[in-house]
Amino acid sequence: MFLSYLKIAWKVLLRRKFFTFISLFGISFTLMTLVVMGALFDDAVGPARPEVRADRLLFINRMVLRGPESTNSSSVGYDFINRYIRPLSTPEKVAVSESYPINVTLYVGKQVVKVDRRYTDGNYWSVLDFDFMAGRPYNLAEVRDAAHVLVLNETTARRGFGSVAAALNQTMQLNGQAYRVLGVVRDVPTSRELTYAECWLPVTTTTADLRNANYMGDFQAILLVRRAADVPAVQAEYQRVLARLPIPDPEQHREIRSYARTLLAHYMSDHSNTAGQDGDAAKFWRQWLGLGLLFMLLPAINLVNINVSRTLERAAEIGVRKAFGATAGTLVGQFLLENVLLTLIGGLLGLGLAAGVLYLLNESHFIPYAQLGLNGRVFAGGLLLALLFGLLSGVYPAYKMSKLPANQALKGGIAL
Amino acid sequence: MTNLFASATDSPQPVAAPVAGPGRAVLQLTGIEKVYQTRTIETVALNHVNLTIHQGEFVSVMGPSGCGKSTLLSIMGLLDEPTSGTLELDGRPVQSYSDKELARLRNHKIGFVFQSYHLINDLSVLDNVELPLLYRAGVGGKERRQRAYAALEKVGLGARTGHFPSQLSGGQRQRVAIARALAGEPEIILADEPTGNLDSVMGEEIMDLLLTLNREQGTTIVMVTHDEQQALKTQRLIRFFDGSQVS
Repeated sequence: MFLSYLKIAWKVLLRRKFFTFISLFGISFTLMTLVVMGALFDDAVGPARPEVRADRLLFINRMVLRGPESTNSSSVGYDFINRYIRPLSTPEKVAVSESYPINVTLYVGKQVVKVDRRYTDGNYWSVLDFDFMAGRPYNLAEVRDAAHVLVLNETTARRGFGSVAAALNQTMQLNGQAYRVLGVVRDVPTSRELTYAECWLPVTTTTADLRNANYMGDFQAILLVRRAADVPAVQAEYQRVLARLPIPDPEQHREIRSYARTLLAHYMSDHSNTAGQDGDAAKFWRQWLGLGLLFMLLPAINLVNINVSRTLERAAEIGVRKAFGATAGTLVGQFLLENVLLTLIGGLLGLGLAAGVLYLLNESHFIPYAQLGLNGRVFAGGLLLALLFGLLSGVYPAYKMSKLPANQALKGGIAL
Repeated sequence: MTNLFASATDSPQPVAAPVAGPGRAVLQLTGIEKVYQTRTIETVALNHVNLTIHQGEFVSVMGPSGCGKSTLLSIMGLLDEPTSGTLELDGRPVQSYSDKELARLRNHKIGFVFQSYHLINDLSVLDNVELPLLYRAGVGGKERRQRAYAALEKVGLGARTGHFPSQLSGGQRQRVAIARALAGEPEIILADEPTGNLDSVMGEEIMDLLLTLNREQGTTIVMVTHDEQQALKTQRLIRFFDGSQVS
């Protein structure tokens, strides 16, 4: 019976090429969009190197001083991190890096290599999970001693020295100082804006004044939490510390706002920190869920329309099947199977299209260093939703038709 | 394998089947009424019909268009419900059956032949003939194909199993429809103007096929027709007028 249903389902799809095309286009385009969006989302905030333990990471990279007449917003200062964040008792470890990568010029002999640089401390390499292709990170002692060493990303190593291995222990000039290449890590996409760089150096080699006692500065703290469940406790401890802080220039400012945020909350927050600790993550999920559902709804409505007209067209067939012993349940099953087949074909096409789009995005270097991949979870979820809509859109016309007296269906003169 | 079609055409003249003594009643209609009601009009399609169809009978039903012949056939075939009255199948009132049981009865006991064939164009001849067996529990794919093939052999279309309805003539299509009705080996075949869409030669062929089926296999047949000549070849002719049986 199953094979016979599949046979007729296939024939119907081939017979009504235009409607099949419209249906498949709707399903596959929707799933493709969802999968591509999922891949972009994963690329930016999903658990991937160097933020593999994203559920255990918190970022403090913004501080807002609010007063009745002015609001100052900036990254936090290195000294502020050392004095108020490093002593926190709830995180397992605290790392420091510059908030934003700065474009600088390195020299390999006379060759100019422009790179995005980030100063970090020694903890940085154990809090984050970079993929070292060669060499090693600089350690705490090297940071303490302001050793002139650096870590490059793969592309810069290849640009400067031809290969990853050849870059090791080679010297590069920065601001007239020689730095030795200590390690090479796999490229980090620019979409990972909190960790992306092309070159990392010990924070102690910076010419900036690290002892500046201003709360604000150019740095961020990255907190590794012991367990994901400890995130609220760490956030609460940081807020308690902030509450006790003396407000700088009390005549100008009345309030300090700063949050230890998850990766997603960071992306969902604005620079003035008005969105609170979790940013607009809840709003984000609501909007994306709404958009996703709307996206799925369009092909579903399309499918309902097509199914209604297709069912009407096949009234006589349904009448014949009933006359020869098909029950209402069997007929509903047959129509649902046809819908499921259509949806699955659309799903596979969608997966293929998504793979093509992601390949093109990777090749175009639209997001530098990004290696966008198919997101199985998003695809499975989208396909499941498409199947659900496919089932729902098929159930109504099939159920109505299956309930019609067979003699009426045989005459074909019916309206659903 | 008996080729009903060949044996029928080989006969010099179709002869009316001998009237056997009445067998058991397979269909018993008592006081059957069918009224179609709209907001403004009430149409009586069948008016107090009493009728018994015996096992092995070949009965034809005649009457002008709109007299209720097809409605009668639909009710006999459990495709429609009477407004009032009782229909008994093998001595049991069908009103007592659930929808599922009615579907099972249609599948096991009744085969339909329609004027416009009602073959499924997307399926091959063999797949079309398999249809009744598709809904029969316990019949596997292999047995289904064997029985469908045997039914097609009976109507002389054993060589056309892979064809599609659109590749056949009207007469061939109706023979496929008869094979479909035969595949489930039903006790009763209900034929609604089976020759109505065919020319006279094709019509004769189909009529001969039904007569042979009735004679050789003892299948009970009720046939609605407009053709007096064909009706006279059957064992009993019932005439309808304005929803009532007049003879």
